[in-house]
Amino acid sequence: MISNSLNRKIFTLLKVQYSNMLEYRVEIALWAISGIIPFFMLNIWTNNNLNESINISDIMLSRYFLCAFFVRQFSVVWVVFSFEEDSLLGRVSPYLIQPLNPFFRYFAQHIAEQITRFPFALIIAFFFFIFNPESIWIPNLSILFLSTISTFLSFLIQFLIQSIVACFCFWTEKASSIERLLFIPTLFLSGLLAPVASFPEYVKSWIYLTPFPYLIDFPANLLSGNKTNVFGGLSMQILWIVFLFLVFRKIWSAGTKKYTAMGS
Amino acid sequence: MVQNIIDVRNLSKSFDISSKEPDLKGTIKHFFRRKTKSLKVIKDISFKIKEGEIVGFLGANGAGKTTILKMLCGLIYPSEGSIIVSGHLPFRRKENFLKNITLIMGQKQQLIWDLPPIESFYLNASIYELDKFEAKRRIKKLSDMLEIDDELFIPVRKLSLGQRMKSELLAALIHEPNILFLDEPTLGLDINAQRNLRKFLKKYNKETNATICLTSHYMKDITSLCKRVICVQNGSISYDGKLDLLLKRLSPVKEILIVCHSEKDATKLESSGYSVKNKTKNEITIIIENHHFTSSLKTILNNFDIKDLYINEPPVDEIIGKILVKKDYDI
Repeated sequence: MISNSLNRKIFTLLKVQYSNMLEYRVEIALWAISGIIPFFMLNIWTNNNLNESINISDIMLSRYFLCAFFVRQFSVVWVVFSFEEDSLLGRVSPYLIQPLNPFFRYFAQHIAEQITRFPFALIIAFFFFIFNPESIWIPNLSILFLSTISTFLSFLIQFLIQSIVACFCFWTEKASSIERLLFIPTLFLSGLLAPVASFPEYVKSWIYLTPFPYLIDFPANLLSGNKTNVFGGLSMQILWIVFLFLVFRKIWSAGTKKYTAMGS
Repeated sequence: MVQNIIDVRNLSKSFDISSKEPDLKGTIKHFFRRKTKSLKVIKDISFKIKEGEIVGFLGANGAGKTTILKMLCGLIYPSEGSIIVSGHLPFRRKENFLKNITLIMGQKQQLIWDLPPIESFYLNASIYELDKFEAKRRIKKLSDMLEIDDELFIPVRKLSLGQRMKSELLAALIHEPNILFLDEPTLGLDINAQRNLRKFLKKYNKETNATICLTSHYMKDITSLCKRVICVQNGSISYDGKLDLLLKRLSPVKEILIVCHSEKDATKLESSGYSVKNKTKNEITIIIENHHFTSSLKTILNNFDIKDLYINEPPVDEIIGKILVKKDYDI
């Protein structure tokens, strides 16, 4: 259970970070636009009739990629880069001696950015429907609720993975290079380029044991109304979050002992 | 009896440092075979600091002053020895400990760059679990003391260095810590801003009985704030005691410039056995040891016809500079 005082701290952090993010509204609009990879992928899939091979209709595929775009918009994480920079420049030092783990600051930064990003994502979706009117659908409330939770859980998984990687800054100055290694499986196995359903059966069974399909594929399928195991997917997301959180705590505790407070 | 709030025993800190030879050859060699060595930057130091004391840490660049402060506030982990600050092991960073301390680094900032300082103040207030009313009261009190009422609502990026530093101080003190670790707090500030900051720190110490550990290369900070100094040389403590005793030890003499009525009087004074630094016409500069300064001065005034007299104490910067310039200066 999160204590009341922690709740208050996070809420204030969110308010302040939201004000901060509003200073960068143009940049956020551009970041939102830069996340349109799923639409390119949709174009490649439909132009080459690749959807027939996985037995999914054009409409469902376009909805899937629109949802993938949405899930991606609300699960983009860059904590490793922020932490690496702050750590190298010694900006982490003042945060480390405050009674709040510095990662809460980054967490609030991400949530605030997502809130700022939301209207821009809606505008992009609006234009998507103008060009693809046949894809218009209104998901029912329970699906909307579950997929919102699933998207938030997907964000938490990404955030924890990157936070673990960020902790390597305590040992190596360039922890972001480890993140770049993880970017490859994230790109291919998350469902950003292709629904995981398009992979061969034996590959799929392995992919579902990793955290990657729960980043985009599962929440996007859930939101778009494709057939998916809701309970299984949400359970796997929660299991991954618990596991990653425990790893994070361990590595954070070991890493802070290695901190040299360079640059300050 | 005033109790010790900081107790450091046999503290040491080592860092692993990698070294690289210059040029491409060195770079390639460094890529395949990285050479690292352990460098002991703090060597077996011990000291105690009493509640309410203001202690200055003196030493050349790289002597280890900042590393000591970082260990005292729990930012870095000691390699050997023990530190107890306010009854806590700093590195454990327990909430009760963190609520009691603050660290201000002159060259680092914690304020959010694009927002007015007031936003960072309320954020810190919430991190330290102050309610809105209390936060408002403290912001008002500290901003009055620091004289920064108008600057609270201007984005940090638009503030001058001095205004920013004052805001940093306010952000760092909003939880009213008992122990302040200040690492070159006046760095880069103009003379007036430095003076105001010192005035503020003095007042804060007097009003709250806070303990202050301070490092600074500006001697004025040390002389106007600290009665006690700890000199750090190559990671070891070479002096721990009163500042005026240190100054006496490092500069045991005073210079007196005496203006006589005539050149003849000056010559007479020259031949009377005092150590003469220089003499020009009717002016003579003599050097007198501190411990019989008063009696010597009395003798001169009684026996010679003197027009004017100037006592020159060597500037503190110059005296302390002796420690800073020569790393193994024997105090």
